[in-house]
Amino acid sequence: MTTTESRPTGRKPAQIVDMSWDPVTRIIGNLGIYTKIDFANREVTECHSTSSLFRGYSVFMKGKDPRDAGFITSRICGICGDNHTTCSNYAQQMAYGIKPPPMAEHITNLGEAAEYMFDHTIYQDNLLFVDYCEAMVKATNPGVLARAERTASPRGDIHGYRTIADIMRSYNPFEGEVYKEALKISRVTREMFCLMEGRHVHPSTLYPGGVGTMPQPGIFTDYLSRLMHIIDFVKKSVAMADDIFDFFYEALPGYEEVGRRRILLGCWGAWQDPAVADYRYATMNEWGKAMYVTPGVIVDGKLVTNDLVDINLGIRIMLGSSFYDDWVNEQPFVTHDPLGNPVDMRHPWNQTTVPVPQKREFDGNYSWVMSPRWYHKETDKHLALDTGGGPLARLWSTALSGLVDTRYVSSGGGSVRIQLPKGESLPETTLEWRIPQWSNTIERGRARPYFVAYAAAMALQFLEESMELLRAGETKVFQDFEVPDEAIGCGFHEAVRGVLSHHLVIKDKKIANYHPYPPTPWNASPRDIYGTPGPYEDAVQGQPIFEENGPDDFKGVDIMRTVRSFDPCLPCGVHMYMGKGKTLNVVHSPTYGANHG
Amino acid sequence: MTSESHTTAARERIERSEEHEGIDEITILWISEGMSCDGDTVSLTAAMQPSIEDVVLGLIPGLPKVNLVNKVLSPSLGGEDFLTPYRQAARGELDTPFILVIEGSVPNQDIIEGDGFWTSFGNDPATGQPQTINWWIDQLAPKAWAVVAAGTCATYGGIHGMAGNPTGSMGLGDYLGWDYRSTAGLPIVNVPGCPIQPENFMETLVWVLQHAAGDAPPPPLDHMLRPQWLFGKTVHEGCDRGSYYEQADFGLDYNSPKCMVKTGCWGPVVNCNVPKRGWMAGIGGCPNVGGICIGCTMPGFPDAFMPFMDEPPGGTLSSMVIKPYGAIIRRLRGVTNEMVNHEPKWRHRKNKLTSGYDPYWRP
Repeated sequence: MTTTESRPTGRKPAQIVDMSWDPVTRIIGNLGIYTKIDFANREVTECHSTSSLFRGYSVFMKGKDPRDAGFITSRICGICGDNHTTCSNYAQQMAYGIKPPPMAEHITNLGEAAEYMFDHTIYQDNLLFVDYCEAMVKATNPGVLARAERTASPRGDIHGYRTIADIMRSYNPFEGEVYKEALKISRVTREMFCLMEGRHVHPSTLYPGGVGTMPQPGIFTDYLSRLMHIIDFVKKSVAMADDIFDFFYEALPGYEEVGRRRILLGCWGAWQDPAVADYRYATMNEWGKAMYVTPGVIVDGKLVTNDLVDINLGIRIMLGSSFYDDWVNEQPFVTHDPLGNPVDMRHPWNQTTVPVPQKREFDGNYSWVMSPRWYHKETDKHLALDTGGGPLARLWSTALSGLVDTRYVSSGGGSVRIQLPKGESLPETTLEWRIPQWSNTIERGRARPYFVAYAAAMALQFLEESMELLRAGETKVFQDFEVPDEAIGCGFHEAVRGVLSHHLVIKDKKIANYHPYPPTPWNASPRDIYGTPGPYEDAVQGQPIFEENGPDDFKGVDIMRTVRSFDPCLPCGVHMYMGKGKTLNVVHSPTYGANHG
Repeated sequence: MTSESHTTAARERIERSEEHEGIDEITILWISEGMSCDGDTVSLTAAMQPSIEDVVLGLIPGLPKVNLVNKVLSPSLGGEDFLTPYRQAARGELDTPFILVIEGSVPNQDIIEGDGFWTSFGNDPATGQPQTINWWIDQLAPKAWAVVAAGTCATYGGIHGMAGNPTGSMGLGDYLGWDYRSTAGLPIVNVPGCPIQPENFMETLVWVLQHAAGDAPPPPLDHMLRPQWLFGKTVHEGCDRGSYYEQADFGLDYNSPKCMVKTGCWGPVVNCNVPKRGWMAGIGGCPNVGGICIGCTMPGFPDAFMPFMDEPPGGTLSSMVIKPYGAIIRRLRGVTNEMVNHEPKWRHRKNKLTSGYDPYWRP
């Protein structure tokens, strides 16, 4: 059933307790998680994740002007809406047969870099790290906190916190130093974003064909000076994450099993190189490989493909546990791609969304999320790829391909190297992210600050290139176009929390079909028609429990750490439930005495 | 209830609210489980004057103690622990008055035949099935000290209520009735925007809190229940590209730094202060920085403004009318501009002062 092999344990008679968290907090959207926990063997035996929101973008966009798609799809997500607008514009540019001027690409790239810096920072420090803060660890693993008080921080010379417990204290909500500083940093980075894209989170200045942002010297110097003021915070974040996560491996041997999945990662690439990207489907493989984060599908640690055409053709939208009718007997919109390859009926280009609200049955249909899968020809399997929360898959894919070699970021040999300039107090620093042994909760969390550093380094390059263009008088930012009568398009991008693709079909100058596939459907999907669980379910199912509390005052922090490691962003939900036909011993939801905030 | 007796009752409630004792402690129950993207919560965290942590930590004088309950920012692990104050409030047992903030459109649950739901917030303890947002609003709105709608989805329906939507989404006023009054006698306080401009929301919230403390009258709202001081002017009236319009000088594509009426901007007829205020710390905005106004604060959003990138129908006529005036004015200004670009002739290096200096000058 599961895609990750189960772990051998010396079994005791099971003591099964049902536990659920609905809604899950400190995420974007409605998520409920329903689990069964075996307290005798201290592991999670079953997990269902459910999303409880349906709004119907692909339904109400039909028949609308395709140029409106970027403005509308931004509203899918309230933290990374700009990723949708960007991706939609990529798809439209393919359909309209146009390419924006280079300056427009740089401005978009700078905006997206600021989004990564903002979003990963607020998510990691204000939402995720609350699960590792002193108050939380005290309530769940007092023994670990006592040890943290005695453990010196190996990288204290960089971040300034003497002990691991001092780091944990800095994450206490609304009180901790880093918690409060991260809120401020999240505002500075959003100001940088607004310089390029006008407004956060639904940008005002992005258009198919380019941007409306005026490339004045001021926007670049304003961006640069803000970036230089936060560059040391970025270096410290990496050091603090490394210290905290290394400590967890040490203090709780076996913690690598928490949230561990078989390595099944997907990344669709980020940041276009304007010298290569022409948005034609025929050349998509070339310009995809020229992106500054390399696309890739990784199975068991090996790169299966980094060709966006293969990636596109392999996408399958499965049902099985979702509140929708199937569309497989409808007329297809796209039978062959522009290169003549056959397109599957389960591909987003051919999807019809037919919502059927119904009762939630965990042994039947239980989620508004569908089950995106990637068809792996070699094994004839539909893989439940995950994004590792975004950064893990991006770094892994880039490191394996070894194609990125720029002014401040280089890749290959199993690692990604990032060079950051001198800041207010810390010297020039080279960071190296190495491919880890596991795809697990801790490594998803560790990758995040490294990717903030990656985005900061790329931003420096985009700034330099923008200024070069500006000084050369290359200030055109928009390429006009005509909407064709009939066309298809697809866009590939990395939303903050992972893979994002938009699939568009135009007929009679109107949207005939539009299906966006953000990262969360990949990560939060329910069991598909083959019974394969989605990544959250799979990662939680079978994971060990390290929390010191018993069933009566159980908080479920290890489970929540796993779920949050994926950076859930569902305007939707996750639920846990007990298996069919099993007697329910106890049902209750954990509580956390919120003595903070 | 006849409308007359209804008005009397409303007037009595308002009078009561004006006499109300100051409140020392108040809870904000924020529900973003409408048809929402959580963008208004995220936008709230961008505010700096004041920031949400300033309000929660008591930095702003004269406000009641504020307990903020918001899913995205909650330190709780979630589930029932997080839902406790909501459940208490629904039973009328919360130990403080509460402000209900709704984020997201309200779907129409009545169009679903049989079981099922469009969006939920926790479960119904009796059945274990998802508890609809509609149930929560029905329970909480009658007991709320004040109700605030955050963002255009909650105020008027927004994107999820566009033509062809399958969920029957609407705004809170449509759902509760536009004559709804809270226990303090307040109408719904609408802060539109897709998403809310961070300071627009915080300023309104602070005013409501000052009112709760007994230090201020209720916030002044217009006929669509928007704060008058924020939405009383149009985008165009605060836009630094508006002067190009006056000179009939229009951008014809997005490469232009000039007025964008011809390329889809609806600024002249949209109630919003964003170009004047910027988005954050005075940075960004919409037409002032090259982004067409798509009317995202308006009750007619989005349908009335689509397709966004085409010239608004009214723009064709008004730009034609302004053309002769603008053309003349622009040329005359050009002449004057040329004149004032010259320095006066008495600035020179000759060995003679020609400025007209006379120490004994008398009128």
